[in-house]
Amino acid sequence: MANEATIGNVQEAHLPVEHAHDAHGDHGGHHHHEQHFIQKWIFSLDHKIIARQYLITGIIWAIIGALFSVFFRLQLGFPDTPHPIMETFLGHWAKGGRLTPEFYYALVTMHGTILIFFVLTAGLSGTFSNLLLPLQLGARDMASPFMNMLSYWIFFVSSVIMFISLFVQTGPAAGGWTTYPPLSALREASLGSGVGMDLWLVSMALFVVSQLLAGLNYISTILNMRTKGMKMTRMPLTTWSLLFTSILGVLSFPVLLSGFVLLLFDRHAGTSFYLSEIFIGGKALSHIGGSAILYQHLFWFLGHPEVYIVILPSMGIVSEVLSTHGRKPIFGYLAMVISFIGITTLAFLVWAHHMFVTGMSPFLGSIFVLLTLLIAIPSAIKVFNWLTTIWRGNLKFTVPMMFALGFVSIFISGGLTGIFVGNSALDIHVHDTYFIIAHFHLVMGVAAFMGMFAGVYHWFPKMFGRYMNNTLGYIHFFLTFIGAYLIFWPMHYEGLAGMPRRYYDYSAWKSFAQFNDLNAFISVVAIVVFFAQLMFVFNFFVSIFKGRRVNNLNPWHATTLEWTTPTLVPGHGNWEGDIPEVYRWPYDYKDDGNGNDFIPQNVPLKEGEESH
Amino acid sequence: MSGLIITALVFLVFIVIYQIAKAGEYANILKGEEKVQQQTNKLMAWLMVIVFFLGMWGIYKCHVDMMDKMLPIPASDHGVQYENMLLITVILTGIVFFITHFLLFYFIYRYQATGKRTAFFYPHNNRLEILWTTIPALALVVLVVVGLRNWMIMTEASPENSMKVEIVGKQFNWIIRYPGKDGVFGKTDYTKINDADNILGLDWNDPASKDDIVVQNGEMHLATNVPVHLIIKSRDVIHDVGLPHFRMKMDAVPGIITTMWFTPTISTDKMKEITNDPDFVYEIACDQLCGKGHYSMRGTVIVERSKGDMAAWLAQQQPYYSLVHTDAPAENAAPATDSTATAALSMK
Repeated sequence: MANEATIGNVQEAHLPVEHAHDAHGDHGGHHHHEQHFIQKWIFSLDHKIIARQYLITGIIWAIIGALFSVFFRLQLGFPDTPHPIMETFLGHWAKGGRLTPEFYYALVTMHGTILIFFVLTAGLSGTFSNLLLPLQLGARDMASPFMNMLSYWIFFVSSVIMFISLFVQTGPAAGGWTTYPPLSALREASLGSGVGMDLWLVSMALFVVSQLLAGLNYISTILNMRTKGMKMTRMPLTTWSLLFTSILGVLSFPVLLSGFVLLLFDRHAGTSFYLSEIFIGGKALSHIGGSAILYQHLFWFLGHPEVYIVILPSMGIVSEVLSTHGRKPIFGYLAMVISFIGITTLAFLVWAHHMFVTGMSPFLGSIFVLLTLLIAIPSAIKVFNWLTTIWRGNLKFTVPMMFALGFVSIFISGGLTGIFVGNSALDIHVHDTYFIIAHFHLVMGVAAFMGMFAGVYHWFPKMFGRYMNNTLGYIHFFLTFIGAYLIFWPMHYEGLAGMPRRYYDYSAWKSFAQFNDLNAFISVVAIVVFFAQLMFVFNFFVSIFKGRRVNNLNPWHATTLEWTTPTLVPGHGNWEGDIPEVYRWPYDYKDDGNGNDFIPQNVPLKEGEESH
Repeated sequence: MSGLIITALVFLVFIVIYQIAKAGEYANILKGEEKVQQQTNKLMAWLMVIVFFLGMWGIYKCHVDMMDKMLPIPASDHGVQYENMLLITVILTGIVFFITHFLLFYFIYRYQATGKRTAFFYPHNNRLEILWTTIPALALVVLVVVGLRNWMIMTEASPENSMKVEIVGKQFNWIIRYPGKDGVFGKTDYTKINDADNILGLDWNDPASKDDIVVQNGEMHLATNVPVHLIIKSRDVIHDVGLPHFRMKMDAVPGIITTMWFTPTISTDKMKEITNDPDFVYEIACDQLCGKGHYSMRGTVIVERSKGDMAAWLAQQQPYYSLVHTDAPAENAAPATDSTATAALSMK
């Protein structure tokens, strides 16, 4: 891109940022000289390049993770048919096109790990935090561009290790994405608990490090790097959501790391943190006194906030997109921020609702029921505010808008079933069944993806100076939206019939075999939806080079600062010349007196006009 | 190979759509972007209306098709409470689902940009916020009260007269133990486990262990209307005793003993009549991933018609001790009479 030629010398472009508040008239990002390819595109300190790196790494992982789900859906839908394509991809794990149970479990495990951590955590908040925070706050870069680069490259190393683990002889980790010990702690318990599990733990430990570096950086950027006039209460909701996402990550990822370290000790150092009185592989182990449940507490102390880490950025993006494409301010900005605070606080206090049937104290369980169901209140506030935002709007059904509307629908459907599973007595029967699969795939899987897609279509012009193709975008939306319901809605019934998750084959079960036809139907839809996602990937990469050019600095007529840069795709430093000053809140979608229906944040208040 | 061809074809289709669409978009610009955007708006609004009605029909159709595949009526007292609570929750959340979805799709249709509309500047209204904070809160109070009441009932101490049964998970089957005539489970020690002749690690020095009955085929016998107190253990990794027909579930954790109780209310024979299926059987499903054989970790439950039938079945079982010590004199040579067996049932 020609615009990239304006990338300034990284050091100099970055330095003035520290004085952005007091020296408003600085002229950073003005240095026109070429950088080496490696410095510019690979080990770049520019937050926008790092955002693209996160996004593209996320897309690659998403294809792998989704492909795995196609393989295990083939097994679930058609357990009696050989699928030669699986042998092509998986080799001896699917001899004659028949998947082995060991590798089925490996696929399930890696699908979860990849999608939750590598795609919806790193790929989603990594992309949009990096792309949007400095641009929406009016900063030239992150608080620490170097730490930012480091966080991506540690994530990259973590990715490489996870990728290598797919090829080890005993297969990758196969104990589920939650990797509960003793299954994950003992080699004798499962093939996947061999070296694949060690690689999984090392990869995840590095991943945590990367997320901590990233999160601390995002928080410092938001707190310190806001331009003049950008009060906290004038920040766009995307920025707010990314702030809370980072806070959740920074406070809970370390607990997960400690859990993983103890698990490594149990595996290799002979400790008994999680192990007690086990007879396996023909012998009694010497471990005594540990508690397998301790791991679950440590895991879910991150594991639950993790689902909010996944969904909050999408909530922020959707708020932004609904408002911009609905040509109407977000309804209840303050209530939206307060509900973010509510969700973030409660997110730390509900983890044990994943453990209602572990035998934990029923009294403790009832406390967690209460706190869990409280989360429905801020979530409900958000939904009603979104609905009121589009009420009496002037809705423009662009592709990002369609995905944002789809998000609201899917979030409602998936969120309401949370009220079932958060209520311990109701959870008992549906725990670990397809009801759970349906619930969390809708509310944190598909919904988070809907938000992510809305964000990618919306900010694609900012990233690449071109539009993505609309027709493909609309087809992508309808196939994904309808497909998601066709896949997950019937699963609620399977779950209510007690059909357990993580089963390789249901044919031998009297109570569950009647769902064989339904499983086949779900698998077919899943494959169609998979190809719809490939279509998105195709659209994404082709549009980078061939998409329709954007000939407007503010193609969506948005009010936020990222659209005020003098070039559509800014170089390092973001604003050639002065950084903008902010005078108003981010959702001033109203008549500006000149026939426009929006007033950007950097436009001074008119005489007599009151700041929101 | 066919896979490759299909993939190539799919990509070809992508390219064709992309090129046509791109040409179309450039042509649209010539027609005037405003006008095209309005046409697209109209199309999308109508498509969303169609999606809404298809969706509602789909929900109805799914419901009709699925209902005969669901579990039969709950076979335990807790199960009945469970179903009632489920119904209340479905109704409450269902109302919210239909109202919010109706509004969402109605607004999409009603407020589409037509070129003439201007949006209504409406940034906040505290009364509305309070309204939709309070209403969900009240609905949740109802659900929490119902939920916790049932939770207390389901997790309270089992009744005095309940029958104690031990169920132990191992990769990949269930072992069931009854305390035998004396009504006391013999001590166990995991270091004494031996797959040849002591699968539960029973301590033969404890006299209480000599009459314990161990069922190795994963078939648990219970009696109608006799509360059962399950003592749940695991030998190796975490398993989970899932009893879908009774709407009950509890993890089996190595090193920790968990418990669960309920009262079976419908015998297996009765359920065969209800479901009109002579092969009907209650199943025990492992609900916690436990390794490669997880999906085949199946047990069964036979609910006897009465306490008497249960006692009769128990009387036919040989204690594990005499099974594995064929040289030793059998402990349970005495003929089964109702009185001894009933004693075993009402042990405490």
